[in-house]
Amino acid sequence: MIEISHLVKRFDQLVAVNDLSFRVVPGEILGFLGPNGAGKSTTMKMITGFLSPTEGSVTVNGCDITTDTLAAQQQIGYLPEGAPCYDEMTVRQFLGFIAEIRGYGGDEKQRRIQRVVDTMSLQPVLDQRIETLSKGFTRRVGLAQAIIHDPAVLILDEPTDGLDPNQKHQVREMIRGLSKDKIVIISTHILEEVTAVCTRAVIIAQGKIVADCRPEELEEKSRFHGAVTVTLEESVRASDYVGAFAGIPHVRLVEVNEDANQLTLFPAAGHAALLLAVTEVIRDRQIGVLAIQQEKGRLDEVFRTVTGEVA
Amino acid sequence: MNPTLIITKRELSSYFSTPVAYVFILIFLVLSGVFTFYLGNFFEREQADLTPFFNFHPWLYLFLVPAVSMRLWSEERKSGTIELLLTLPVTRFQAVMGKFLAAWLFTGIALFLTFPIWLTVNYLGQPDNGVILSSYLGSWLMAGGFLAIGSCMSALTRSQVIAFILCGVVCLVFTLAGFPLVLNAFRGWMPQLVIDTLASLSFMTHFSSVSRGVISLQDLVYFISMAGFWLAATIIVLDMKQAK
Repeated sequence: MIEISHLVKRFDQLVAVNDLSFRVVPGEILGFLGPNGAGKSTTMKMITGFLSPTEGSVTVNGCDITTDTLAAQQQIGYLPEGAPCYDEMTVRQFLGFIAEIRGYGGDEKQRRIQRVVDTMSLQPVLDQRIETLSKGFTRRVGLAQAIIHDPAVLILDEPTDGLDPNQKHQVREMIRGLSKDKIVIISTHILEEVTAVCTRAVIIAQGKIVADCRPEELEEKSRFHGAVTVTLEESVRASDYVGAFAGIPHVRLVEVNEDANQLTLFPAAGHAALLLAVTEVIRDRQIGVLAIQQEKGRLDEVFRTVTGEVA
Repeated sequence: MNPTLIITKRELSSYFSTPVAYVFILIFLVLSGVFTFYLGNFFEREQADLTPFFNFHPWLYLFLVPAVSMRLWSEERKSGTIELLLTLPVTRFQAVMGKFLAAWLFTGIALFLTFPIWLTVNYLGQPDNGVILSSYLGSWLMAGGFLAIGSCMSALTRSQVIAFILCGVVCLVFTLAGFPLVLNAFRGWMPQLVIDTLASLSFMTHFSSVSRGVISLQDLVYFISMAGFWLAATIIVLDMKQAK
C-alpha cells in the first residue's frame, strides 16, 4: 500500500504540491490526472524519492521514502517523465546495468532481461544504441527497465506520451496484464487512457485533489451523462426539430449544434433512458437521421470543470 | 556485485563508447610529450629521470581533468537520467563513489599509456625506477584530487560548460595556493595561520616532493583527504538539490 499524507512541496515561492493525501491499495491502477503544471510529476518524484517533500510523508508498503529510502525504492519501478535512458548504451547493456543494480546476476539476470524484452517487444533493437531508437522504442526501453524486477509498485509518468496508437495500445495491454496485486500509478493528460486502463482516477489542479473516484463516476459527473445526440441529414435543419424532441417526457433541455447539424437532448435529473423515446419520435415523424448516439459523459468537459474550479 | 562497482563499470564503458575517451587520451599523450621534450628539455638536461615529465602534470590536469569531470553529474541532470539513477536502490555515496572511481580509473589508464616515455628513459640511461613509480602514483593521486573537485562542480550545474570553468578555476586556486600570486592577496589582512594553512593546501607544494619521488605520509593524507572532502561536498550538493 502507498500512503501519502499531507504532502507539500514548495519551490521558493511556488507551491507545487499543496497538502496532498491519498492511499493506493494493491490491485488499483490509479490514473493521475491534471493540467500541465498541476504537480503530477512533482508528486511522483516525491513518491519515488527523487525529491524530498517540504512537509508530509510517503510510505511504500510501510517503508518511509525519506528515512527508509532504499527499502522503499527496491519495491518501486519508475518511468520518469520523458523516459530518460543512457543514450550511448545499447538496449542490452542498459537493461543489464539496471538488472545488476537491482541485484540480479548470471542466469537470473539474463532471464529477467529476456522476459522484459519479450513483454516490450524489444528483440529487434536489442543491440542498437538507445540514441538511435525512435521515440516509441525509447519509451518501451524505459518501461522495460521499470518492470525488470517485477515491482510491487509501478509509477509511470506519462507512459504513452508521444507513442502512436498501436504502441499506446500495447503499453495499455502491458499495464492491464500486470498481476492483480500490484499498485500502478500512471500520470497522464490523455483522458481516454483513464477509462481505458484505470480503476481509479485522481484529478489534481494547483497541487490539490479536485476529484477522486472511479473513471465511470467521472463520466457521470459530466452534464452529457445520459444525453442523446442526434445527427441529422444535410437536407434537414436541426433547429426545425427542437420542438419535436423537447416534447419527449423527461427531456430537460435540447441543445442545437448548427455546424454539425446535431441536436443534444439532456435528461432530467434521475432519468437516463431517453434513447427509446428518441427513436420513436424519429420513426413517427420520419426524420432523416445519420446517427444517434447515447453519450456516456464527456471527460474533457468534466476535466475542464473540475480543474477550473480552483482557479 | 557491489552497486558502486556496477556504476563504475557502466561509467567506464560509457567513456569508451563515445569519442571523448579517445580524444582525451590522444591529447593527453601528445601534450605530455610536447611538454616533456620541448618545454622540459628532456634531452638537453642529460639526466636519466622523468622530472620534466611529471613537473608539467599539474598544468596538464588543470584543463584536462575538468574535461573529464564536467560530464559526471551535469550530463545526467541535462538528460534526465539522474532521476533514473537516484531512484534506483543505490545510496548517494555509492553513486558518487562509483562515478568518481570510473573517472579516476580512466585518468589512470591515460597515465599508464605514457609508458613509452618510461621505456625511453630506461633505454637512454639508468633511472631510479622506484622514484618514477612513486611519481606516477603521486600524479595519479593528484588527478584524484582534481577529479573530486570536478565532481562537486559538476553536481552544481546542468551545464557542462559551467562545470568545466568552475572546476578549472577552483583547481587553479588550489594549484597556485602556495604561490605569491594567491598568498599576497591574503597577506596583510589575514592572520599568518590562515596564510600558512592556505599554502599547505596547495597541490604544487605537495606534488613537488612527490614528483621528486618522495611520497610522505603527509602528502598521502593531503591528497586522500582532498578527494574525500570534495566527494563529501558532492553528496551534500546532491542532497541539497533533492530538497531544494
